[in-house]
Amino acid sequence: MARVVVDVMLKPEILDPQGQAVANALPRLGVSDVASVRIGRRVEIEFSGAADLDRAREIADKLLANPVIEDYVVREEQ
Amino acid sequence: MKIGVVTFPGSLDDGDAARAARYAGAEAVRLWHADPELHGVDAVVLPGGFSYGDYLRCGAIARFAPVMESIAKAAADGLPVLGICNGFQILCEAHLLPGALTRNQHLHFRNRDQRVRVLTPQTAWTRDFAEGQEIVIPVKNGEGCYVGSEELLDQLEADGQIVARYVGENPNGSMRDIAAIRNEAGNVVGIMPHPEHAIDLLTGPSVDGLGFFTSVLKAFTGTNGSATESVEPAALASDAPVVPSALTLPEVPGASSASAPEEGSA
Repeated sequence: MARVVVDVMLKPEILDPQGQAVANALPRLGVSDVASVRIGRRVEIEFSGAADLDRAREIADKLLANPVIEDYVVREEQ
Repeated sequence: MKIGVVTFPGSLDDGDAARAARYAGAEAVRLWHADPELHGVDAVVLPGGFSYGDYLRCGAIARFAPVMESIAKAAADGLPVLGICNGFQILCEAHLLPGALTRNQHLHFRNRDQRVRVLTPQTAWTRDFAEGQEIVIPVKNGEGCYVGSEELLDQLEADGQIVARYVGENPNGSMRDIAAIRNEAGNVVGIMPHPEHAIDLLTGPSVDGLGFFTSVLKAFTGTNGSATESVEPAALASDAPVVPSALTLPEVPGASSASAPEEGSA
């Protein structure tokens, strides 16, 4: 078993209202030194054999992320 | 004329969409997400709802349903396709329409009657409207904020691909107040508010939504005899726009609402 992790984030130019809502809640925790919060998605893929990074990139590009609005990073977890 | 209405797991508005097709005088044919066969339909509606629970992203998984492969192929050959709400999201995910739909900027689900301006009658689904006509149809979405690059938005405006804009308060933060867009050919339209909920004054705020369904009917049975001609400006000029009304349904040769099948979940 080999685990590949895909991190999906909204592109920087796409507004992230969820992140803004979290950032706006932080003062209620007494936190005042956070400039911004962005929320993304972490996906863990378990290959039954060796990790196939090319296949993982294909999965990320076609399904896990929407390249119109999101960027993704694929990496094998050791 | 047969209008197919697709049911995905989690579709909600398939029943209303089928009813709207019958009100317009078409035969409604229920299509199933797992069945790639389109059963000879002349147009397809992808209805609203929460296909596959909106998991991952709205429409991201529905895009891979067997029926979508058939619809994508047929759309490339000119089949009229209307995606409403979740259907709009599916069309964007399937790259049949450009751009994407994201979480409402204010994060609230918005459910109300919405004034919308129809910008172009030059689509298979809007030829019964006048350019600039304002209509009132319900909007109900949590992820209806249309986004695209500035270049894309400029191009959509230049090419007349923005089909409708919100009038008054923008319900979801959609860029440039976009409520509906079309593909380059004009046969594929995605709209965030719900025309299928505005076809009968008993349940809707107006009957304005019926125009989308009578439009595609006219595109198919129209005097020009060809669905593909419906998006030609020359063909449009010969027909005065018709404001749809529940009391003056157009007569459609060969259409029978009584024979419309009712199978499938609603």
